[in-house]
Amino acid sequence: MEIVATRNTIKTVENTTNMESEECQKPKISIKNVKVWYDDFQAIKGISMDIKPNAVTAFIGPSGCGKSTFLRLFNRMNDYVDGFSMEGKIKIDGSNIYKKKIHVEELRKEVGMVFQKPNPFPKSIFENVAYGLKIQGITDKKLLASRVEKALRQADLWEEVKNDLKKSALALSGGQQQRLCIARTLAVEPSIILMDEPTSALDPISTAKIEDLIFELKEKYTIIIVTHNMQQASRISDYTAFFYLGELVEYNKTNTIFTKPEKKHTENYITGRFG
Amino acid sequence: MVSEKNTNQIMNKIRVNRWKDQLFKVWGVACTLIGLILLVVFIGDILIDGIMRIDWGFVTDLPSRKPEKAGVFTALMGSLWVLVLTTFIAFPTGVAAAIYLEEYAKKGRFSAILEINISNLAGVPSIIYGLLGLEIFVRILGLGASVLAGSLTLSLLILPIIIVATRESIKAVPKTIRDASYALGASKWQTIWNQILPAASGGILTGVILSLSRAVGETAPLIVVGALAYVPFAPGHPLDDFSVLPIQIFNWISRPQHGFIENAAAAIIILLLVTFMMNGVAVYYRNKWQKKWK
Ligand SMILES: Nc1ncnc2c1ncn2[C@@H]1O[C@H](COP(=O)(O)OP(=O)(O)O)[C@@H](O)[C@H]1O
Ligand SMILES: [Mg+2]
Repeated sequence: MEIVATRNTIKTVENTTNMESEECQKPKISIKNVKVWYDDFQAIKGISMDIKPNAVTAFIGPSGCGKSTFLRLFNRMNDYVDGFSMEGKIKIDGSNIYKKKIHVEELRKEVGMVFQKPNPFPKSIFENVAYGLKIQGITDKKLLASRVEKALRQADLWEEVKNDLKKSALALSGGQQQRLCIARTLAVEPSIILMDEPTSALDPISTAKIEDLIFELKEKYTIIIVTHNMQQASRISDYTAFFYLGELVEYNKTNTIFTKPEKKHTENYITGRFG
Repeated sequence: MVSEKNTNQIMNKIRVNRWKDQLFKVWGVACTLIGLILLVVFIGDILIDGIMRIDWGFVTDLPSRKPEKAGVFTALMGSLWVLVLTTFIAFPTGVAAAIYLEEYAKKGRFSAILEINISNLAGVPSIIYGLLGLEIFVRILGLGASVLAGSLTLSLLILPIIIVATRESIKAVPKTIRDASYALGASKWQTIWNQILPAASGGILTGVILSLSRAVGETAPLIVVGALAYVPFAPGHPLDDFSVLPIQIFNWISRPQHGFIENAAAAIIILLLVTFMMNGVAVYYRNKWQKKWK
């Protein structure tokens, strides 16, 4: 409990410092009137919003409201889904990620993703973290080893696994596996990390570790996290967006959303009166 | 009164059902045992007939008109040649076809037709493949009755099995692995090569080995292609004449002398050893593969 309290104080201090420079900051991701269909079904109904750099943005809303669909637009993971089509513009650092000439593989090195269920490859811990580098053609053993160590340290996993790097990743606990997945993502050195309910399959202690980690990572990364857990959203995020039936209902500083939401709908959701 | 009668009826029904249950159990056990007992009797019979005949000489001797002097060397070598060539032809072709169908082919009428045909091919009698091989490889391509022509024919025969097995193993790889690989910036090919195929390799190898062990036992298509019952030397080149163990066995069994019957039994033991060993390897890989995902 104490740790949480300290963390929140730090956050408020940071928030106030952030706020002054905020207005002149360019958005990391800018979304203009985006609509998504799965065949005839419209899952996203015209959303525009800006995502701030080096901050944690939480997506909340009831199941099926389109959070995952929306999140997966930013690294184009919906491209493989049968029947998917979209309209509108998404720019990352000012460049349209849906223009014809874009290299989807390059985009995904810039925009990493952590999934709901830990999904390590059935390979060694080392191979899991090195994979993203190896497919870029990096073969230098020393470089790989140092990047793997760096990523594991960043994900707060190094101390636990440094003697077992050759062991199967599947032997790790669920929480360790999820931190391994985060390390694997960090190794590629993205600037944005997308997380789709990263703690929903984990126990409270593992969840707390990942929340701490997210809090540390936001200094260097822009993080978007989908969560069903209201406390989690209020604990770790700087901004919160509330989605409902494919629409963005309210988007503001997390503090504002949780203390004085503008819409009745938002208030009902965060107080648990529906959803 | 009425309710008592009902209860009695229900009790009766339960009793009858239990009885049926027992009956079915006995029946099931009997069926399983019949298959098993027949196999044991068969293998025992063969062992009694042939085990005394097996020694190093039997494995290394060339064929002969005298049963005591005859060995399986040429046929065994022929079988091994066929095995190796068929592996080199059918394994890459089958796996590549499966990858194409599973990962690249657009889902549509064309791929549906392909799919149905591949399943049908798996059910075509092997002698038909022999005729196909005779026409295409022996005559049109002019390979003659060579070990290469035989291997190509057997490759055709087992391709559908390899394709089906490979597709099933690829399908069994969890989608989350695919997602993880793509999300790290891997291309489709990198994902298939580095993640999907290794994860599916246990299932693929099982399918390949089982289909090869079927190929080793095939007789009819090779007879049609023109494999000989008597070849003086083991093949040294893909275009050489050849014989294989099953044909040698068939040949010996149809001889009148008792000595050849013994030889046939001994050759059967060797053929069984080869197939059992291959199946053993297949089971090993399957277990290893299953463990990985549990
Ligand atoms: N692959 C798909 N095909 C068709 N419909 C889909 C697909 N994925 C999601 N949907 C639909 O789109 C809507 C939004 O889904 P999703 O983005 O997963 O919501 P959330 O993450 O908020 O629970 C849901 O109604 C869901 O049924
Ligand atoms: Mg979701």
